[in-house]
Amino acid sequence: MRFILRRLGFYLIAFWVSITLNFLLPRFMPGDPVSRMFARTQDRMQPEQIEQLRKLLGVDDRPLWEQYVGYVHNMITGQMGVSISRFPAPVTEVIGSQVGWTLLLGGTALVIAAVVGNLLGILAAWRRGGAVDSALPPLLIFIGSFPYFWLAMGALYLFGVTLGWFPIRHAFSDTIEPSYSWAFVSDVGMHLVLPALTIVLVSIGGWMLGMRNTMIATNAEDYITMAQAKGLRPGRIMFRYAARNAMLPSVTAFGMSLGFVVGGALLTEVVFAYPGVGYQLLAAVQGLDYPLMQGLFLTITAAVLLANFLVDILYVRLDPRVRSN
Amino acid sequence: MTTSIANTASSLPGETRAVDPLTGKTPDGGAGLPSGGSVRRSNQGLVHGLLTNKKAMTGAAILLVFIALALLAPVLYPDNPSKITGMASQEPDAEFWLGTTAKGQDVLALTIHGARSSLFVGLTVGFASTFIGILVGLASAYFGKFIDEALSLTTNVFLLLPGLPLLVILAAFLPPGLGTVILVLVVTGWAGSARVLRSQALSIRSKDFVAAAVVTGERPLRIMFGEILPNMASIVMGTLLACIIYGIGAQAGLEFLGLGDVSTVSWGNNLYWAGNEGALLTGSWWVFVPSGLCIALVAFSLALINYAVDEVTNPRLRKIRKTAKTNQIPTGKRAAA
Repeated sequence: MRFILRRLGFYLIAFWVSITLNFLLPRFMPGDPVSRMFARTQDRMQPEQIEQLRKLLGVDDRPLWEQYVGYVHNMITGQMGVSISRFPAPVTEVIGSQVGWTLLLGGTALVIAAVVGNLLGILAAWRRGGAVDSALPPLLIFIGSFPYFWLAMGALYLFGVTLGWFPIRHAFSDTIEPSYSWAFVSDVGMHLVLPALTIVLVSIGGWMLGMRNTMIATNAEDYITMAQAKGLRPGRIMFRYAARNAMLPSVTAFGMSLGFVVGGALLTEVVFAYPGVGYQLLAAVQGLDYPLMQGLFLTITAAVLLANFLVDILYVRLDPRVRSN
Repeated sequence: MTTSIANTASSLPGETRAVDPLTGKTPDGGAGLPSGGSVRRSNQGLVHGLLTNKKAMTGAAILLVFIALALLAPVLYPDNPSKITGMASQEPDAEFWLGTTAKGQDVLALTIHGARSSLFVGLTVGFASTFIGILVGLASAYFGKFIDEALSLTTNVFLLLPGLPLLVILAAFLPPGLGTVILVLVVTGWAGSARVLRSQALSIRSKDFVAAAVVTGERPLRIMFGEILPNMASIVMGTLLACIIYGIGAQAGLEFLGLGDVSTVSWGNNLYWAGNEGALLTGSWWVFVPSGLCIALVAFSLALINYAVDEVTNPRLRKIRKTAKTNQIPTGKRAAA
């Protein structure tokens, strides 16, 4: 329990840091982004919009601490203002319409990569020097060396443009109305294949090598020898004895990756014009839509922190050493 | 992006975190640390091990080729590489070995010149983040208590803030330019190395020879850099390599999004322009393949060296001979016996 509370405190601090960062960035950066944005968009904006922007970005005349208190209060209560590029939609509404797609893309890719990668790692460590152990790690390191977005571009070019097997843009076809019909779901699935595939390809090597290295250490433990001496079936020793204990670092890595996914799929989303938060973040940056940008960053951070907190709770359940402390 | 691989190659990403709050021990399983006296010999062992390691030598060879190309770029292509020299979107032929872009620039010249900026930023970011990581890690481990708490908290917060979105936000607010790119990459990249180095420094801090140095009245700086640091050479090297990989990959990502300095020629910018000019849709594969391949090859060569450092310093990961394998007894056991 103390462990959980400690972690919770830590995540709250991290969240506070990201709010503060958001608050400080537009106020103390050289080059004055605020006036840059005003210069570009003033003639298109309503007076009340300018007013709220002034407050949000700190060009009002209140003292700094007062602005800060107001800002933190607004962020915590979810009053992130109105988007500029998608006026008059509130920032929260814009984010809400995007977040599902990122979760779908990232979640699918993450689960596939983690499950397959860990299984490969277990197999590689179990048969040291075997086919899986000697051929796959160098190959996966090589694939993992490619930039996300470049693999995405390659996949788009090869399977999308040249071969025409998969659609190349967006999350579903314009011709289909979103509904819970088979046609729509399969269309979404087809659009998901290429972006998800590139994320899986890049990240699977990390899972496999991580699992393999821990598992090699676990295999050297005495209780494994004991299990073998008892004559247990190899499959049982491999999964129930060795892999089970080697899983812990992977569980932690899973928490870290969850956050990685929300923001890390950004490049893939940009290449495929996939309508997730990453794509929206870039669009907000290009449109100098600072309220939306800050809102997206806070949402992504909050998602990362929440995911890690959930993993911590799971960790307490999995690792008795944490509980006894 | 590349961080997931980079982390794993140097040390397991989750493990440090998992073990950290409980025991403060490192994940460094069986590496066994040398005592103070044998520092020089063990570091020589590392160098020797790397020189005879096939992976390390392959990696070093690839890396050297790219460094040579980057240095020779002004000799090979004295002209401004962005100059329009041919017809638009020409396929690779005898005159333009890698074809031309949609604007009619020579892709080969762009790629070779691109190596300069990409390697420069990668190396600068790598060294700077590792340097900060060393400072934070050593200070944490040596002083402990309040300083350690504060530094660890900062490190962990930075580690948890999602890197790429933070990169994008920072790059959006700062004036564009090469300095901004480097600064932003260091700000988001140092935390990973600080955590790895701290946990390693912590385990060395508890060794007797450090206690002896403290008792004999050595100055803190001398203990940190003269006693503790040399004993973690291999981890520092692994961290440095991982940070360079991160730097190169993240720079490319940032520039691909158009958030770098679009006027410089670098691999990331080449890809940005390729995307912008619709190279994918018109089927000009030769425009985007070379730069991406170069990034991958450099990252791969660094990862190979990193992997070799792991192998040399951790005997359990070394290759085992096939003949030694008689049945399915997990072989880590045999290596330990």
